[in-house]
Amino acid sequence: MSVAMPETDERVLETGFDATIAADQRIEPRDWMPEGYRKTLIRQIAQHAHSEIIGMQPEGNWILRAPSLRRKAILLAKVQDEAGHGMYLYAAAETLGVDREELTEKLIDSKQKYSSIFNYPTLSYADIGVIGWLVDGAAICNQVPLCRCSYGPYARAMIRICKEESFHQRQGYELLLAMANGTDEQKRMVQESTDRWWWPSLMMFGPPDGDSPNSQQSMAWNIKRHTNDELRQRFVDMSVPQAEALGVTLPDPELRWNDERKAHDYGEPDWEEFKAVVAGSGPANAQRVAHRRRAHEGGAWVREAAQAYADKQAARKNEARKAAA
Amino acid sequence: MSPHAMEEDATNAYQSLSETTDHDDPRWAFGTGIVEEAGAEVSAPVPEGVDAADLAAYCLMLGDDALIYSHRLSEWVSNAPELEEEVALANTALDLLGQARVLLARSGHVEGDGRDEDALAYQRSDARFRNVGLAELSDDLDFARAIGRLLIFSTWRLALLHRLVGSTDPVIAAVAGKGVKELTYHRDYAARWTLRLGDGTDESHRRMQDALDALWPYVGELFRTSDEETRLAGAGVAVDPGTTREEFDAVLDEVVSKATLTLPDRPAIGTIGGRGGRQGVHTEHLGHALAQMQSLARQHPGATW
Ligand SMILES: [Fe+2]
Ligand SMILES: [Fe+2]
Repeated sequence: MSVAMPETDERVLETGFDATIAADQRIEPRDWMPEGYRKTLIRQIAQHAHSEIIGMQPEGNWILRAPSLRRKAILLAKVQDEAGHGMYLYAAAETLGVDREELTEKLIDSKQKYSSIFNYPTLSYADIGVIGWLVDGAAICNQVPLCRCSYGPYARAMIRICKEESFHQRQGYELLLAMANGTDEQKRMVQESTDRWWWPSLMMFGPPDGDSPNSQQSMAWNIKRHTNDELRQRFVDMSVPQAEALGVTLPDPELRWNDERKAHDYGEPDWEEFKAVVAGSGPANAQRVAHRRRAHEGGAWVREAAQAYADKQAARKNEARKAAA
Repeated sequence: MSPHAMEEDATNAYQSLSETTDHDDPRWAFGTGIVEEAGAEVSAPVPEGVDAADLAAYCLMLGDDALIYSHRLSEWVSNAPELEEEVALANTALDLLGQARVLLARSGHVEGDGRDEDALAYQRSDARFRNVGLAELSDDLDFARAIGRLLIFSTWRLALLHRLVGSTDPVIAAVAGKGVKELTYHRDYAARWTLRLGDGTDESHRRMQDALDALWPYVGELFRTSDEETRLAGAGVAVDPGTTREEFDAVLDEVVSKATLTLPDRPAIGTIGGRGGRQGVHTEHLGHALAQMQSLARQHPGATW
């Protein structure tokens, strides 16, 4: 903190913070917290909020072409949920002293990131199912532990979000089941989509543990509970029987059960592709950010109008009160 | 600092992952519980003395208005000016889609040729659609257009549904009963934004007025009564839309003047030989909306989703 504070006071506060973390209790907005903790949380929550909002684009891409009215209603409701998730998360970030507008500016200026998975295009309706199954599935593996994150507002937002995400996953899977039991062309679509999304889904857990610089501190602060590789393993183990039930082949020749580890061995994702997508040159990075920028800037006049109207109303109320006095 | 009482919730989220897909969960089928909730069945008999073909056509009119407008509202997804508007517009689209599904299903049942909601939505060509022109326009991502159209559409449809609560057709009555609550919210949302935009900045005022001006030619059609509606109104099934004009004008007048805007004075778009949307004669916009909406379903004949 830049405010001059006697060193001893700061040390007392820090001891209190450390004790709270050690006891696995919650830090709340009014509590003292180290600047690094605050910054880490802002970065992570903002990135998470941005992911919800950018994630609306690849799925929104199929709302107008959904092949049945029931599927259209499900997809529309799901994408609407994602907007809601973005709202809860921006609100959680706001408890740390930043605001949504400021974070959105950072997103469209590419100064903050969002989940790289959304830089892949949705090319068939099977992608809607596979995103629910694998992408929401991976997101849940990542996010369920966050329900116990040390920062109270984030943990509470995650509880709400996780419940909806698990529902999204089941809906996606149910679409795939219907398609897998459908025409030959539908079956082919499911396999083709799985082939495209499997590896990017594994990448959602981030780089291998040896390569993940921020992880250790986040684990010490009880922001993160499991390493990237632990979560990835859990996801693979969960997905294999689900793939079997669907009758799709996961596109990894090295994937097999290891009876010693009681877990599946699996191949190495293409980390060069991952780095390229994170660095901004994935298949849809530019498109996603430009779309978000267009929506945000295109709506500026609306937000200004709402503000002007609210100001006028407040002034009118004030005047009425004066006149009455 | 609060103790944590959330482990249980976290475990629940884990558990639901391992559950198999359960088709009994009502959330699997968004928007289909509506008729059951109101205690009516799509397969209820046609009310006595009512012509089945007229009833099927009328359900299509009400259903297509909702279906096509819902489709156009969905164009806003990921394009709204603020996240709250993202949620509200999608919600409106979902409500209307729910109404459309029941009405189309009812129409298909009454028609008796085995067509379900999807056959009617995805396998009809534009000349078979019975919606009004207002429903098929695109907002072209102009938020003032979106608000202007929603204000006009919801005021009109709310006035219709209010009267249809007493319809002798149990399905129409059920849709109206639920729809009144939904449309009341839509109208309220549109009215509040009309005030903000009309009485906001100079730019928003100009845009909102332009939007109303551009939309106004499509208002006249809303109150034109089709032959089917005339006959069904007599049987207590339908409402003659002409009877809602007064209520519509009063609401629009109040909102528009409060928003410091002017009610447009523009002639209605013309008909072709007296025929408009209710008779399957549409604007050029509908064909494009359907080309997109129906493309995937038509690429896969015989597929189920
Ligand atoms: Fe989400
Ligand atoms: Fe989701």
